[in-house]
Amino acid sequence: MQTAHDPTITSYYVTDELYRELLANFTNWQREELAIAAPEVRDHFRLLLEREARLLDELRFDEWLAMYAPECIYWVPGTPGGGDPRREIAISFDDRRRMEDRIYRLRTGYAWSQAPKSRTVRIISNVEVFATGENAARMVRSNFLISEFRVDGTRFLSGWCGHRFVQIADRWQIQVRQVNLIDCDRNLRNPSIVL
Amino acid sequence: MAATADGDSGAPWRLEAMLEKLNPPRIGGADLYDWDELVQEDRVHRLIYTDPAIFALEMTNIFGAVWVYLGHESQIPAKDDYITVRLGLRPIILLRDSHGKIRALFNRCAHRGTTLCRKDKGSARIFTCPYHGWSFLNTGKLRAVPWPDGYACDFNDAKYNVAQVPRVDSYRGFIFATLNLDAPSLIDYLGPITKPIDEWLDRQPKGLIRVCEANRLKYKGNWKLAYDNSGDGYHVVFSHRSLLEMENRQADVANKGMSYYKGSPDTAPMYIAYMGNGHHFKDKRPNIQKRAGGLWAVEGPAPGSEHYAEALRRRFGAKAEDILDLASSEPVNINVFPNFSLLGNHIQVFEPISVDETDVTWYGTAVVDEDGTMQGAVDEINALRMRTQEQFPNFGEVDDLANFEEIQRGLACQEDEWVYMHRGLGIPGRVKRHEDGIITAPATDEVFMREYIKEWKRLMKTAPKLVVQREP
Repeated sequence: MQTAHDPTITSYYVTDELYRELLANFTNWQREELAIAAPEVRDHFRLLLEREARLLDELRFDEWLAMYAPECIYWVPGTPGGGDPRREIAISFDDRRRMEDRIYRLRTGYAWSQAPKSRTVRIISNVEVFATGENAARMVRSNFLISEFRVDGTRFLSGWCGHRFVQIADRWQIQVRQVNLIDCDRNLRNPSIVL
Repeated sequence: MAATADGDSGAPWRLEAMLEKLNPPRIGGADLYDWDELVQEDRVHRLIYTDPAIFALEMTNIFGAVWVYLGHESQIPAKDDYITVRLGLRPIILLRDSHGKIRALFNRCAHRGTTLCRKDKGSARIFTCPYHGWSFLNTGKLRAVPWPDGYACDFNDAKYNVAQVPRVDSYRGFIFATLNLDAPSLIDYLGPITKPIDEWLDRQPKGLIRVCEANRLKYKGNWKLAYDNSGDGYHVVFSHRSLLEMENRQADVANKGMSYYKGSPDTAPMYIAYMGNGHHFKDKRPNIQKRAGGLWAVEGPAPGSEHYAEALRRRFGAKAEDILDLASSEPVNINVFPNFSLLGNHIQVFEPISVDETDVTWYGTAVVDEDGTMQGAVDEINALRMRTQEQFPNFGEVDDLANFEEIQRGLACQEDEWVYMHRGLGIPGRVKRHEDGIITAPATDEVFMREYIKEWKRLMKTAPKLVVQREP
């Protein structure tokens, strides 16, 4: 996924090839023989996930975006198991530019679905790390529970995430984050926060 | 009235023999309220959005007595395919039976009322009740009951077959149903709004689409708030200000998306048209330069935009512009009363849950290329079209729904009774009544609201005779 284009301005990396790789990487990856049990590895990725959760709870979006590889995907499937984003619409399927769009909109002051803003706390647990065919790529599964307070009460959003981390310049960066809500194929009230 | 359902071989319906007269609704329509007081020329009473008794009556007089959208034929393409949907609050199995006929079965066992099917979609020749094991063919006919020796009755009596909606009909793939034998035919009910529906379909190759999952949303508010909004050109630059700023943040010329509402939308060539029977049509196409690639030029940024546009232009040259327009939002709102809307490339469906809760489902649509004339471009354009369709539900609709919820909260002020819909009323020459009965006005006018709510009022005064049908 190397291009000369700035992915914050134009979108050249979302291609047939990206979709094919995405589907391959997110199919049958939680296999026992690929699980990495070493505590220091699990700790390393668990800390990254906890940091991401904290940054999102605190609406520190610039730092959150900086955890992602320049060419990245934020994917919230609308079908259990993920579906095929080439043939099905998702709840969200953002590239880098659209992730920045999402943040830009929330900051305009006119995003009424987030005025007032939700207050959230996220609990991340059950972190498991899996090897991939590439040395510089890891898949991480985690469960999440988001308590979201807004206007008339607190609700809970729950599910699990699949993170694909890639090592770029000695730093593990998020290349893809797949957010699997347990009720992703049900009608959702005000899904306007970054999950 | 000989209703013809899709797949019917043309055999005369023995409709009367198959029908079951129902008890009148427990609440009388005509005498519940003074409807002329609640719905006036320029305003409506808050009760029409807040009163559970009015909502209960709507579930018969509207979501029962008029043609209600249930689903698209591409969701049940083969014999025995089904999806589960709702007709008002009634759970429905919409299916293509083993003979190919489209039916809308009540999802309710004839024995004890249990829902027969609990999945969203699938394929089944037989539905077996999980509770006591009664099984039914997908025509609705009772197939078997366990230990029949324990019954003295004749199970050939039609009353043991599953109840179904007596009139199911399609218009170019869109399936509607009604429980009212006195309703006009579907084609007459739709009337002139079939023209924009045809145009919306005919911009797709061979006039075909495939439903491809949905952005499913919900709000705590009355269903009519969404239908009021569906033709509303007045709210756009205010309710969607964050979206307009977002999609133009990197544009050289700030003309992306619905930017044409900025400035003086009243004098722009777009217009709103009231089309009768509660239907209305907001046509924004005149604002867009009519040329190949004209829609793509104002489409906001989407994942893959630049890559796919360049790849298609390399392969198809000037012809790529027409293909790119297929991934672009069609600038129309085609609203069929009470629950169906075509906008952009979406099929939007409104489903009431209670007086103050509504599901709004934005079904995505994909281009279909059955005979390969698009030379493989169909997959690429659909990959792009999925992403353009995700934009509005993510960044636009959520703000409308927040505003609908805030209307519902505001309407808790019992002493402040009225909600206004009088924009454009009383200004000479502004609202035009045409010979064919269509009424047009500038796109920011509320004439469509005043007209559809008149139709709503007429329906609420009626006492429709709703019936179900069972196989003989």
